[in-house]
Amino acid sequence: MNAQTLYDKLWHSHHVADLADGASLLYIDLHLLHEVTSPQGFSNLRRADRKPWRSGSIMATPDHNVPTTGRESSVTKFSDPLARKQVEALTDNCADFKVPLFPLGDLRQGIVHIIGPEQGLTLPGMTVVCGDSHTATNGALATLAYGVGSSEVEHVLATQTLRSRKLKNLAVEVTGTLGPGVSAKDLALHVIGVIGTAGGLGHALEYRGSTIAALSMEARMTLCNMSVEAGARTGLIAYDATTEAYVHGRPYAPVGAMWERATTYWATLHSDPDARFDRQVDVAAAEVAPCVTWGTSPEMVTAIDGHIPLLESAASESQRNGWRRALAYMGLEAGQPVAGTPLDKVFIGSCTNARIEDLRQAASVLRGRHVHSRIKQALVVPGSGLVKQQAEREGLDKLFLAAGFEWRAPGCSMCLGMNPDRLQPGERCASTSNRNFEGRQGLGGRTHLMSPAMAAAAAIAGALVDVRSM
Amino acid sequence: MEPLIQHEGVVVPLDRSNIDTDALLPKQYLKSLEARGFGGFLLDNERYLDPGELDTPLATRRENPDCILNVPPYRHASVVLAQANFGCGSSREHAVWALRDFGVRVLLAPSFGDIFYNNCFGNGLLPIRLEQAVVDHLFAQCWHSPGLRASVDVARRELVVGDTRLVFELDPGRQQNLLQGLDDIGQTLALAPAIRAYEAERKLSEPWVFR
Repeated sequence: MNAQTLYDKLWHSHHVADLADGASLLYIDLHLLHEVTSPQGFSNLRRADRKPWRSGSIMATPDHNVPTTGRESSVTKFSDPLARKQVEALTDNCADFKVPLFPLGDLRQGIVHIIGPEQGLTLPGMTVVCGDSHTATNGALATLAYGVGSSEVEHVLATQTLRSRKLKNLAVEVTGTLGPGVSAKDLALHVIGVIGTAGGLGHALEYRGSTIAALSMEARMTLCNMSVEAGARTGLIAYDATTEAYVHGRPYAPVGAMWERATTYWATLHSDPDARFDRQVDVAAAEVAPCVTWGTSPEMVTAIDGHIPLLESAASESQRNGWRRALAYMGLEAGQPVAGTPLDKVFIGSCTNARIEDLRQAASVLRGRHVHSRIKQALVVPGSGLVKQQAEREGLDKLFLAAGFEWRAPGCSMCLGMNPDRLQPGERCASTSNRNFEGRQGLGGRTHLMSPAMAAAAAIAGALVDVRSM
Repeated sequence: MEPLIQHEGVVVPLDRSNIDTDALLPKQYLKSLEARGFGGFLLDNERYLDPGELDTPLATRRENPDCILNVPPYRHASVVLAQANFGCGSSREHAVWALRDFGVRVLLAPSFGDIFYNNCFGNGLLPIRLEQAVVDHLFAQCWHSPGLRASVDVARRELVVGDTRLVFELDPGRQQNLLQGLDDIGQTLALAPAIRAYEAERKLSEPWVFR
């Protein structure tokens, strides 16, 4: 057997059959479902009189449109009847088709990509899909994980497989030590700045090198999560002792003799030393600074001590037009420094940055400080009931509340603004989420993406600021 | 799904890179439980001057006269011409449903978001990747001749727009699905024995995967 990349290995171990036209049928081990992209798939199954191929491969939870307030009692108060209907449809569909569900009110409910790894549902060596583009988060555990549309959700429900075409391999080799105040989020934004939002199209992106080996599991999830913003459907990281320590003891992880067998196999889940990548991008960790986006695409990003580029420096007319439109939308000028830009709201949450380490990092900046009077609203939305519980055990909820943040119940919240947590037109937000698209956090809202520590610092300053100065 | 054999229609030029699926269909419409009825919401944020919800009657909304989809020859456009990375971002297939329900059958761009590209074929839409120079030339033709029409022959993989005539790449399997309007699931279920055989092997080699 020729030397293989991690992606190649996962591809081959899930290969069921070759299809006539060069595509392959890939077996899917874990299927995560949520309320927004699954109802059509279930309806079609019903219509065609089909059943899920393997209900045990599925875990469902409501996250996208759930309110983050009014969750204290056993029955969640929805202000939006359509959202309630969608969550009820998920509950009904799961009951009808015997699909396991973490419902609202269950401590294990949370953002799908956070609860998969948290529960040990996501295990190394698996293929993981979900009707959500940030499924690549799960790739941090040496899985092949990617987002699919609703037709493919239905296809996986009905057949446990996907018709797939092999991607190319792109290595992102990161070496050295990240500086103080610099996190995996900054590294992700930096990489997107280097390769662009279309740079990873058609590729599986493997993060490797000494910097990656030194990252915690949660930091690795943040990094893999943002792969899709670099155009790559999937991002992944080799299995190592950090992965093993993370998975050990999780509720759905194997135990005893089965654990021993599993870890023996998992130890092979890395690219072979002489594996060939189609492309490689090298990043020196020491050159990564805390990053913020200034525009309406994640590639419109700069170090916090940098400037918005001048229009003359655009590589093409199309890019120049894109920048012009973005600056008009964002209410910013070419050439201006990003630091000091005043803010209206702060959002700490999302599948990118709502795990316990993210909350700890934000809290460490906020300790003994208070949100600036200019900030109309500052939200912390933990990624799952268990993250929330752990944070409360550590007293982080009290720290956030004392600093002037609101402490909410888990869900996707203001990352996409499907629930009531939204920006109003013109409002400017420091956000730990993953997309700064026009209208993403609310019609006319202006998003600046950054790390949890940077968002906390921005809350205190009431403006974009370098966390290293605080 | 409706077959796509030959198609002819007005090309609407959207001269921007990175038109994301949030822009194609904003979040509030994802609350629908259906897979139809999104055409009126395509590019909603720029198409209307007032905000809308799923239950807002379209007739009550104020159209933005500056949005190209509201300009006469393009109201019935069925071919989209755009710049790189069209359909990037969220995996929402609702964006494809919105294009389909608006009447779009063919998309032309230098590149497409990977998930979006897949989603198109499941709904009888044909995304065609073209060289940047070709795309630039098509835009020039569109500006010169508003209401320009394109024609596509899926069997011959041929695209004709103005003075441009070319043969595009298309996987044979996807081509057949478009031509016959086939959906994948029935075809895949014909391979059920192979899936079961694979499963049986994996249950021995990685039993912990099977809850």
